Amino acid sequence: MSELSLFLLRVGFLALLWIFVIVAFGIIRSDLSLGAGGRVVHPPARKPARRPAAAPGKSARRLVVVSGSLAGTSIALGNSPVTIGRANDSTLVLTDEYASNRHARLFPRDGQWYIEDLGSTNGTFLDRVKVTQPTNVPLRTPIRIGKTVLELRR
Amino acid sequence: MLLFAVAIPLAAYVIVGLTRTRRVPTDTLNYGLGLAALLVVAHIAVRRFARYADPLLLPCAALLNGLGLVLIHRLDLVSPKAQRSDATLQLIWSTIGIALFIAVLAAVRDHRRLQRYTYTSMLLGLLLLAAPSLLPARFSEVNGARNWIRFAGFSIQPGEFAKILLVVFVAGFLVAKKDALALASRRFLGLDLPRGRDLGPVLVAWLVSIGLLVRGRDIGMSMLFFGFFIVMLYIATERLSWVFIGVLLFAGGTFAAYHLFAHVRERFEIWLHPFAYAKTTGYQLVQALYGFADGGLLGTGLGNGRPDLVPFAKSDFIIATVGEELGLTGLMAILLVYVVIVSRGMRAALSVRDSFGKLLAAGLAVSLALQVFVVVGGVTRLIPLTGITTPFLSYGGSSLVSNWAIIALLLKVSDAARRPIPARPSEGVGRP
Repeated sequence: MSELSLFLLRVGFLALLWIFVIVAFGIIRSDLSLGAGGRVVHPPARKPARRPAAAPGKSARRLVVVSGSLAGTSIALGNSPVTIGRANDSTLVLTDEYASNRHARLFPRDGQWYIEDLGSTNGTFLDRVKVTQPTNVPLRTPIRIGKTVLELRR
Repeated sequence: MLLFAVAIPLAAYVIVGLTRTRRVPTDTLNYGLGLAALLVVAHIAVRRFARYADPLLLPCAALLNGLGLVLIHRLDLVSPKAQRSDATLQLIWSTIGIALFIAVLAAVRDHRRLQRYTYTSMLLGLLLLAAPSLLPARFSEVNGARNWIRFAGFSIQPGEFAKILLVVFVAGFLVAKKDALALASRRFLGLDLPRGRDLGPVLVAWLVSIGLLVRGRDIGMSMLFFGFFIVMLYIATERLSWVFIGVLLFAGGTFAAYHLFAHVRERFEIWLHPFAYAKTTGYQLVQALYGFADGGLLGTGLGNGRPDLVPFAKSDFIIATVGEELGLTGLMAILLVYVVIVSRGMRAALSVRDSFGKLLAAGLAVSLALQVFVVVGGVTRLIPLTGITTPFLSYGGSSLVSNWAIIALLLKVSDAARRPIPARPSEGVGRP
């Protein structure tokens, strides 16, 4: 085994090590581009019949607290998701003893708003139906969280 | 990736053989098959118990473990007491480590279950930490530091396991007290200090663990514990004040330690003026530095350097071996593999939905990162040297086994984070 081939082996080994690192970073990158939204499962296209045939939430601009201790509060909806809960980093901070710290999340997708329960203790109800998966929220449909009732409005 | 993780250590093994004896070692195939079998079993366990888990953690850990084995084997070849093969022992420990890895994957069905054992894990962790100082020195003292339990030819470092248990405790506790910590606080000198009763248990556990470690003269470990406590508090409360408090306490603690303990003072002296002590106490560090210098950019090549000149090259100073034989290029690659592991841990922490999982993953990832920083920083003379193991690379059973457990927990959290939200399959699930 000559010195040259040993040298080549040495460099080749380092190259192999770096290929590993580069491939690893490649996987991280593809994972990033798959991105945040990749996990959200779309709600069923066919809505349960119990739900009222309200106008689609397409043009909802405000989230209004209809009843509860914060009644009358309204927040403007943009393109970013709204977190609802007692934790003070939520977008809508509830002062409701029956709400969890991170209770629910309201997020836009394809022009519609969806509500998702974040594993709350007392559950989130969309028009008396318990929310178990991201569900489309039509306009003026009550979302009940603890003692608070929210609605999407134009 | 897993193939890579087998191929790279094997290539390293062959290169060592070629350089030392000019022959491809005859047992390459055996070792290769053994390592591959071990990893395939681990991989199947991951597929079985954590289907959506991060695909990078296992190969990275496996790569580091494999490389560590080769490096230890390489050091075995030149060590004077040739009859005892540390590489074989380390291989046994790797097997135990992967066995524990699989056991953790299988036993911890859901990482949130661990939250129930918050206080149990605290007690157990503190007991493990206390054990060495309670046992007579005959059982616990190795090289001046009392952080071991030696029993019937075995020696384990309970601190490594206590680390995991205490991360579980801090995560569980902080989640339970999250609101109280974030809301009820007094302002003091512009900093928000939480109420004593909210934080009491954490502070007590913290002080006790640091106290025990200091008593056991284990500076590296106490730094590690201190670091992850602070980081987890910071993550849980999102308050910058913790960072200030941490820095202040750290400065104070270092100052006090410097003046109180002769061995700490000695470490500082060696760190600042290694060459003044090149023949005596600084010998190890100076030899490591020479090793790095000798390695240069591309390294001397596996099997070509003299890393055996550094005392404890197999355990605390294995990074010096990497630096010498693989050069800066190899060292950087190794450090990046650690970066990948830590960043994947952090990524799992970011994307998992429950706060306990977040804190758990972040705490484990941070403890891994800090450990690498403390030991690599120490060996490269960035910070004073404290003897702790380099995760996965170093010779040392307890470190290896506990780090495999950490990877298993991280995989579990990342599995929960990446699992798609369950949907009724009949109703058209699609992605944009």
